[in-house]
Amino acid sequence: MAFPETHRSVVLAVRSPDAQERARALEAVVAAYWRPVYRHVRHRWRAREEEAEDLAQGFFAAALEKGWLARYDPARGRFRSYLLACLEAYVANEKRAQHRLKRGGFAPTVPLEGTDADGEPRELQIADGTDLEAEFQREWARGLFALAVTALRARCAGTSRAVAFALFERYDLEDHDASERPRYADLAAEFSLPVTQVTNHLHWARRELRTTVLDKLREITASEEEFRAEARALLGAEPS
Amino acid sequence: MKTPSDGALDRLRQVTQWPDLTGTRYELRGEVARGGMGVVYVARDRELERDVALKVIAVEAADAETAERLRREARTIARLEHPGIVPVHDVGTLPDGRVFYAMKLVSGKRLDELVGGGLPLRERVRLLLRICEPVAFAHAHGVIHRDLKPENVMVGPFGEVLVMDWGIAKHREEAPSAGAAAARPAAPDATAHGTIVGTPAYMAPEQARGDIEQVDARSDVYALGAILYFMLTGRAPGRAEASPEAPTRTWVGPRAPRVPGIQPPREAAPELPRALEAICLKALAHEREERYPGVTQLADDLGRFLEGERVSAYPEGLLGRARRLSSRHRTPILLVLAYVVMRMVLLLVARV
Repeated sequence: MAFPETHRSVVLAVRSPDAQERARALEAVVAAYWRPVYRHVRHRWRAREEEAEDLAQGFFAAALEKGWLARYDPARGRFRSYLLACLEAYVANEKRAQHRLKRGGFAPTVPLEGTDADGEPRELQIADGTDLEAEFQREWARGLFALAVTALRARCAGTSRAVAFALFERYDLEDHDASERPRYADLAAEFSLPVTQVTNHLHWARRELRTTVLDKLREITASEEEFRAEARALLGAEPS
Repeated sequence: MKTPSDGALDRLRQVTQWPDLTGTRYELRGEVARGGMGVVYVARDRELERDVALKVIAVEAADAETAERLRREARTIARLEHPGIVPVHDVGTLPDGRVFYAMKLVSGKRLDELVGGGLPLRERVRLLLRICEPVAFAHAHGVIHRDLKPENVMVGPFGEVLVMDWGIAKHREEAPSAGAAAARPAAPDATAHGTIVGTPAYMAPEQARGDIEQVDARSDVYALGAILYFMLTGRAPGRAEASPEAPTRTWVGPRAPRVPGIQPPREAAPELPRALEAICLKALAHEREERYPGVTQLADDLGRFLEGERVSAYPEGLLGRARRLSSRHRTPILLVLAYVVMRMVLLLVARV
């Protein structure tokens, strides 16, 4: 599966003069990328949990403070490659700084390819199709679904749809082998419902999750065409 | 929420696209396969308490024509009650208007996956014979499959064969308008109305030309020849290298026919028997008049090959005949030879 392009609209909105729009765009980027950034730091840099969290937080703070996101030029390539390159440069320099502090001496920050005099990423490129990027992309999808499930749970909580979410959680969210997955009749007995209601609730929850995922996607797409392309890549089918 | 595991993420991606089965007797359990026209799911039939395969038109392909094609496919299969054809249990319409049908859930491997596993030659030929049976049965009932290929053949754990995907089958009595027109390819691998209608490497020339009137049982014979070719050489026959100078007639004398554009199987696998190569190439003849007139005749020749008898596709010479007969009657010949040698030895001993 190809990783969907990150959308110019969000990235361009990061430099919007409108503070509200800028904040919304940043929020969207961080929400979509926090998880893949965190996981990448943990796997690629073998960072412990707390350290990875700090580095991820630090990365987004630095990206905001130094305007890395605003400096993204779509003509130079995909945003995710740019973001990944920024992240690599940031973590490499952080690690060097830590090492320098440990040794108590001075070691210059090695400017990575494409960084400017201040060590800030400028034209970093990361080859497409690497495992690193595939992993990054999968984490992005995982994060998006996690966000959508959280939103769905919140929407159902305290309403008559709570049972629909509970059924969805039991049947679709929990890890089961195919042979261990409960039957609708088991769920019906467990929740004291007719089997037909189990079917209805599950269908409702799946449809709502799909709508929520597509809503999240729509937030970070610039056009209908882009939105459809991303939906196809993420869900393997046209959004309906 | 806790972030989903890899398995949970894959499942979430799937379930968001699952069809609404409200009001039906089925509950979805997983996705099995996805094609151009439809998606096949494993579902539980609550009424009969058994798992079935549910073929549902894909959302992106859902239109009246595809719906009619799926219904036709279900009806075609339903009228062909044969152990080699997967039975249809039910046809229906989902709440969103998409047509589906339920069929027996089959287990096993696709032929293309199986052949790579290094089956012995005679076993491969027996397998093709078993594929011929349901196809011949369908022909006897006026149905031409038109999309026979290794991917559409399932082989069960006990060697049972199921011919699948009758979506573009042609009924003998059909006028080549409605259904057949939907299956008419504009080019060898082209689609009609967005649906893949065949696989070029396994498609008879008349079918690839879109000459629907010419498509008959011999077109399926061609496809079976192509499947045999695949089973013998590990690859599909291709016509890319066909040239106008290539002979269009079959052979004269005791050698396999040359089919324009198709590399003889023995060039790829020299150990193959010439008679088997001849059977394969006769089925793959460019002109349908030069092929076997029906699947039964192809199966008969394959049977004769397995029995060590003379096959109709291969006019063997004297040497070839002697080789075949000696191979077929090896035990009695060896016994006679042993007897003769023994008698000669005894004769010599008596003279001494």
